[in-house]
Amino acid sequence: MKSEKLRIALKNRKFKVGVAIIVFFALFALIGPLVTPFDQLGYYPVKLHKMLLLKRSTPNLPPMSHDVIYAPGREINVTHYLGTDSFGRDLYAQVVYGLRNSLIVGLIGGGIATFVGLTIGFLAGYRGGWTDEILMMITNIMLVIPTMALLIIIAAYMSTRGVIIESIIIGLTAWPWTARAIRAQTLSLKNREFVHLAKLAGLSDLKIIIGEILPNITSYVFMVFILQFGGAILAAIGLDFIGLGPTRGISLGIILQNAVLWNAINLGYWWWAIPPGLIIALFITGLYFVNIGLEEVFNPRLRRE
Amino acid sequence: MLSGIRRYLIRKTFVYVLTFFSAVTIDWLIPRLMPGNPISIMMSRFASLPEASKYMYSYFMESFGLDKPLWVQYINFWKAVLHGDLGISTYMYPKPVADIIKDALPYDIAILLPAITLSWIVGNWLGAIAGKNKKLDSFLMPVFYFLTASPYFWFAIVLAYILGAKLDLLPISGAYSYGIMPSLSLEFIVDFLKHWILPFLSLFLVMLGGWAIGMRNMIIYEVEADYVRYLEALGASEKTLMKHAFRNAILPQVTGLALQLGTMVAGALTTEIVFSYPGIGYILMQGILNQDYFLIQGCFLVIVISVLVANFIIDLLYAVIDPRVRFSFTEGE
Repeated sequence: MKSEKLRIALKNRKFKVGVAIIVFFALFALIGPLVTPFDQLGYYPVKLHKMLLLKRSTPNLPPMSHDVIYAPGREINVTHYLGTDSFGRDLYAQVVYGLRNSLIVGLIGGGIATFVGLTIGFLAGYRGGWTDEILMMITNIMLVIPTMALLIIIAAYMSTRGVIIESIIIGLTAWPWTARAIRAQTLSLKNREFVHLAKLAGLSDLKIIIGEILPNITSYVFMVFILQFGGAILAAIGLDFIGLGPTRGISLGIILQNAVLWNAINLGYWWWAIPPGLIIALFITGLYFVNIGLEEVFNPRLRRE
Repeated sequence: MLSGIRRYLIRKTFVYVLTFFSAVTIDWLIPRLMPGNPISIMMSRFASLPEASKYMYSYFMESFGLDKPLWVQYINFWKAVLHGDLGISTYMYPKPVADIIKDALPYDIAILLPAITLSWIVGNWLGAIAGKNKKLDSFLMPVFYFLTASPYFWFAIVLAYILGAKLDLLPISGAYSYGIMPSLSLEFIVDFLKHWILPFLSLFLVMLGGWAIGMRNMIIYEVEADYVRYLEALGASEKTLMKHAFRNAILPQVTGLALQLGTMVAGALTTEIVFSYPGIGYILMQGILNQDYFLIQGCFLVIVISVLVANFIIDLLYAVIDPRVRFSFTEGE
């Protein structure tokens, strides 16, 4: 059965395109930093005795420009694949490290959101009664409060923020729709015979949920995770853009914020303002493609080919 | 019938009142929960203005009432909120936060309301077309997905770059030109609309993608449903089939409207920053960059309340268009 689904999935064009896009950008984030001598903020680090000098290039160079960096006693030839910003910092390095951070936020934030959503959805759906009422009340309240507003107010009061903290607060605010969806799935499964059988066998609630219900919705959970993964990346890029991103380090949202604050659009420096967002838009399109591909695999009614 | 709607609304209102209560509590709690001292950061802005500094200090002590027990602080906070007192901005001192927000809010409504309604209508229409036309679908679907995958503000940057900076067709900064005073003259209205188009258009296009995808998927489901097959067997025209499929598919799209509101408002906040459009988003970023915490807190409350009100309106709408809501809440009687 499993291999049958996999075979269908590998024939699905959307699934294949999506996987290709995701793998491409994942490799880019992994290997990309290795081919640049610049640090994550786009400076060229030069060691001088025990000091570390951070050198800049010429500002506002378009993509694929060659430039010379003058270090004490030597001249270094460098290529700026994506040009430089108005401070002479290399943009390729910023983008590739920013993408790495975006993927980390997506994995951790999306993972936490999926996990919390699963736990609450299972509990509410399986236990029913008061547990359900209370958990769903909390879920409905969280669902109406705009996640972004909540993120803003939490992040604004944190004096130091890192990528991990950002992922955690995104994960802890993004779970409500998942909880609702998982609850609905659990409700439809909990009166099935195999669940009753497990109950008669005296299995605990936890064992029934993990051993009987979860295996029946793994594909669904996987698709939920993909959506949460993309959602966390988009939430982070928005948060970074309005100035609540990591206080140290770089992210795609921070690059875009700098571009807008320093007038890159008016001045025509497209290489500063366009690539960071384009990468994210393409990557998330890839995630969606994997998702619709999987949906078509598991739900033949949607297949159109 | 009517009592069905009433019970549905009472239930919904209860959730909304509880949400409002939670939002105000969060707004009060977060600053007190977090490490660090926002007041000292805010006060440091006034280091060179002893007069203002003194006034602000007494204001903080009074409104925050930090020397009082927590529950008194909490009740005072509620009193202030219910009186529309959101504190005083340190960044635009001595302007009250409520006034700043009052000035900004119309700009948000001016771009959000048309963008949401028009993208919903056009998106559903395009999605329905893609749903029944396979050839068009294979071309349109990737476009829809790309639109909905784009961060709102990035799409705004792209439009601003191409239509504003490169082609020089439209202005990309502010809500109207510097030299012009707001009035009801034709000159001002034309100028205002020119500045309005790009923020509106970028929101509209990104939102459109999401609606179109939702509708496309629903139509594909509905077209395969038994009732459509039955109609088909009866020899109904394709137009009749589509009409019925569309009617059933539109209901989840109304629910989707409520679910997506928060994301769309967040999208507008960031889009305003790109265009320096003086709505809440632009104000909010000024607040963040200048660590003006009252302003941030005020914006939070206003955003939450606006989304609550909009949600309530959508719930009303839903009860009117979906007869099942009325029936399911009358059943018990």
